Order: sequence, then C-alpha cells, then structure tokens
Amino acid sequence: MRRRNLEELFFKFLMVLATLVVGGSFFLIVGTIFYKGAPYMTFDMLTKTPGGGFYIGKEGGILNAIIGSMYVAGGATILGLIISIPVAIYLNMYMDGKKFLSNTLRMVFDVLFGIPSIVYGAFGFLIMVYFGLRASLLGGIIAVTLLVIPILVRTLDEVIRTVPLELRDAALSLGSTRWETAKVVLRAIRPGIITAILISFGRAIGDVAAVLFTAGFSDNIPTSLHEPAATLPLAIFFQLGSPIEEVQGRGYASALILTIVVLIITILSELLVKKFYKHKS
Amino acid sequence: MQTIRLLKDKIISKLMLLFTILSVSLVFIIGIGLYYKSIPVLQNSTWGHLLTSSVWKPLKGLFGFYPYIMGTLWVTGIAIIIALPLCVLTSLYIVEYAHPRVRRILMPFVNLLSGIPPVIFGVWGVLFIIPLIQDHIAPHFVEFSTGYSVLAGGIVLAVMIFPLIVSILNEVLRTMPQELKDASLALGATKWETIKKVILRKALPGIIAATVLAISRAFGETIAVLMVCGNNAVVPHSVFDAGYPLPALIANNYGDMMSIPLYDSALMFAALLLFIIILLFNIISRIILSRLERKMAA
Repeated sequence: MRRRNLEELFFKFLMVLATLVVGGSFFLIVGTIFYKGAPYMTFDMLTKTPGGGFYIGKEGGILNAIIGSMYVAGGATILGLIISIPVAIYLNMYMDGKKFLSNTLRMVFDVLFGIPSIVYGAFGFLIMVYFGLRASLLGGIIAVTLLVIPILVRTLDEVIRTVPLELRDAALSLGSTRWETAKVVLRAIRPGIITAILISFGRAIGDVAAVLFTAGFSDNIPTSLHEPAATLPLAIFFQLGSPIEEVQGRGYASALILTIVVLIITILSELLVKKFYKHKS
Repeated sequence: MQTIRLLKDKIISKLMLLFTILSVSLVFIIGIGLYYKSIPVLQNSTWGHLLTSSVWKPLKGLFGFYPYIMGTLWVTGIAIIIALPLCVLTSLYIVEYAHPRVRRILMPFVNLLSGIPPVIFGVWGVLFIIPLIQDHIAPHFVEFSTGYSVLAGGIVLAVMIFPLIVSILNEVLRTMPQELKDASLALGATKWETIKKVILRKALPGIIAATVLAISRAFGETIAVLMVCGNNAVVPHSVFDAGYPLPALIANNYGDMMSIPLYDSALMFAALLLFIIILLFNIISRIILSRLERKMAA
C-alpha cells in the first residue's frame, strides 16, 4: 500500500516539475533575449538605416529590415487573404452534402501547414528562376504567401464554422443566393478575420527560411517590388554571425525588437479570439 | 434582375472553386517542381547512392547525403526524447491533477511560446544553451566541446515543439471518457495507476499522432538548428559532436548553388527529400487524429 502511494507521489512530483519546465521555457527565452538585448537598444536602431561602417560596429540602425519585414509580411498577408477567404467560404458554404470531400480538402490544408518554410523557400526560388525574377521584395512576398495560405484557410475555416447555422438559413430562406449569404457571414466573422490576419502576419514576419532565397538583402529600404529587401530575422542572423562584439550586440537588440513585435501580435490575437468566442456563447 | 443575381452567384462560385483547386494542388505542384529540378542529379546517380554515400564533393559532382540525413536524425531524435516525456507529464498534470486555474494560466504562455519565431529560438540557443553545454554539461563527459553540437540543436528543437505536443495531448486527454476513469478508480486503483494502466493505454494513438507530427516539425526546422548545430558534415557519434542537418545544408549553400553544375539540382533533391518525408508523416498523423476524433464523437 505504501509503495503504491509513494509511486503516486513520485510521479506527481515529476509532473509538477515537467509543467514548470514547459511553462518556464517561455520566460527563460524572453528573459534571455531581454537581458542580452536591452543594453544595446538605442533609438537609432529603430529609426536609421545601416550607415557606412554599420557592420564593423559604426553607427546606423535596422530600419531597412523593419520596413522590409513589414512589406513582406503585409504583402503576403493581403495576397493570402485574397486567396483564402474564397477558399474558406467555398469549403463551408458551397460543399453541402460533400462532407467527405470537404474534410479531405481540410486535411490537405493541414498537411500544407506542416510543410516547413525551407521547402516553400526552395519552391519559391524555383518559381522565380522559372519566371526569370531575381531575389526581390516580390519574390519574398510570393514565397511567404504560399506559406501563410494554409494558416489563413484553416483559421478562417474554424471561424466560419462558429457562425450559427440559423443565420445562414435565415438569409437563404429570405431568397438570398449563396454568395449574398456569404456576404452576411463575412460580416458576422469580422473579428475572426482580424485574428486570422494577426496570426498570419506574426508567422510571416518571423520566418527566415522562406525569404532566405527569395527576398535577398539590402541596406536600403526597397522602393519597388523588384528591389531586394532586408528582413528582420535575416538581419538578426547576419549580425549574430559577425565576430565584432558591437555588431553581435545589435543582433541581440534586433532580436529583442522582433520578439516584442511578435509578442504584441500574438497577445492581440489571443485577446480577440477570447472576445470573439465570449460574444458567441 | 433575378438572372443577374443567379449568374453572379454562379460566376463567383466557379471562381472560388478555381482558387480552392489551385491552393490544394500546391501540394502536387511543389512535389512535381522539386522532383523536376532533382532529375539531373538523379540521372547522375541513384537514389540509393545519394542516400547512403558520405562523399560530398560538389565540384566533382559527388553528392552523398548520408551525413546530413544522420545529422537530421540525431537532432530530431534528441528533441523527441527530451520533449515527449516532459509534455506527456505536463499534459497529464494539467488535465488530471491540477486545478483548472493552472491550465488557464499555463496555456496562454504555451501559445505565446508557439508564436516566437525560429530565429529567436536560435539566438536563445546561442546565448543560453551553448554556454550551458560548453561550461557545465560537456566537461563531465568529454574533454572538450565548443557547445555547438547536436545536443544543443536537440534541446532548442525540443522547446520549439513543446507547444505542438502539449496542445494536441491536452485535446486527446480531455476526450478520455469519464466512465473509464471511474471504473478503474472504483476497483481500488490509485489515480496514478488509473493513468498508467487505463488512460495512457487508451490515449496511445493520440500520443503517437502527436509524436509523428512533432517529428515532422522538427525535421524541417531550419534556422534555429543551423545556428547551434555546428554544421560539420560528418556523421555524429555522440551528442556532443557537431552535426549538419538537411535543412541547414539547403539554407547555407543557396549562394553558391547556381555557380556549380548539378549543385542546385542536389539541393533541390534535399528539399524534395524533406518534402516527401514530412508529407508522409503529416498524412499519417492527421489520419490517426481524425479517426480518434470520429471515434470520440460517436
């Protein structure tokens, strides 16, 4: 009897320990980045592009990468939305009675979601070579769009499924066509669409492997789609690879900037999800 | 008026169908595109030779992926060995033992963890894990280690897959029927015995699906692993050896690949390899999970 209780106690102790490790890892990571990055944070980091000797420790900032990342993530999210909203609507409203098919399609999007970004990057690179494009903002946006489509489709799909069937039935029974009903549904899920945008943007802004081949890198802020664009994660990666301490430090500070941006986006989307579902039930 | 509305509906529905078909066929297009680009290197060699040879001399047209495949397997294996027990214990605790408040507090942080970009995990690995291994772990086992090793890659990856495994296991454990637990408890089993002999056994398919999904995520992770693994193209023999996983190989060499013949084809072959393995693993785990879901719903 005592052995059984001891065993129970022992495993309960292990469980608490494991929970602390899993929950604590978040604080450990964010804490480390803050601790190392904060001393190198300056206002110039946010407001200046790299100066002449930036990569040997002279002045400048990473504004080029911040703007570049905004362009890539923003462009990809917009393009992705244009493609995924119709797909999500089609899956939910035009495939009545074809449950097996629509569920199979959902699984395909789940599988696409699991494909790593390096494969999307390599494939994006193939497309660019095929069309004779060079590494550019446009190339980066295309590769990242492919990456965010499955995320957007699955998120929007979940959101549309929370819309009460009565709403659809009411619209349909009043004589609306399916497309007119879809417009009603789209209005009902507006907060959900914003959540999907935030999730997609957060994933797009943090990704390296997809932009590595396709967006290139530049010290200037891109002024057209055909110019190469720097991105924040790549800027972090390059600065960390430098042997000069000052440059490495700026890499930590850049990591801090990216962490803060992504945390804000994630927290916003979590809050929205909570509000949305509270509203529903 | 009526016909215009119906026509509009019809046109829009066809357009949406087109978008759906296009985005779904992305799976096939990616596969075909990568295969098409790998043909030159496959003509020069065979699948078997590419996968088992260790000779990597791009200038001579020799591409052996064996060290890179082993690098990937070591890193992924270490990550799963670390992450799986921790995540199973954590999920059991928050579903079976802890006050619901613990779950409500913990899960948002797990979600935040899943939102952190890979490159940040890499920076954390360089700043925290590498010194930890170099100064505190490795000296007990080997004479010298820089810290850049498959162990470092495995630890960083383990933390990256925590959220994925924990959230799936949470769902799986929460669908376990209460009657089963009650029956076992009523027979005099302790809570832990019920978990060990009833719940874990019943949840096994879910645990396997979560593991397979986590493996496929770990397989393709690029930048975080690249930053801490040492990138030395030899087969690792201990956890303190450097390794060179496949995704890191692709990411590191994209610069030179256009200037050496067959090099781009070889790298696309590496991407194809990743694609095929991950595709299979994903399909397997999704099928297990959807079966489980249907069984629970019934």
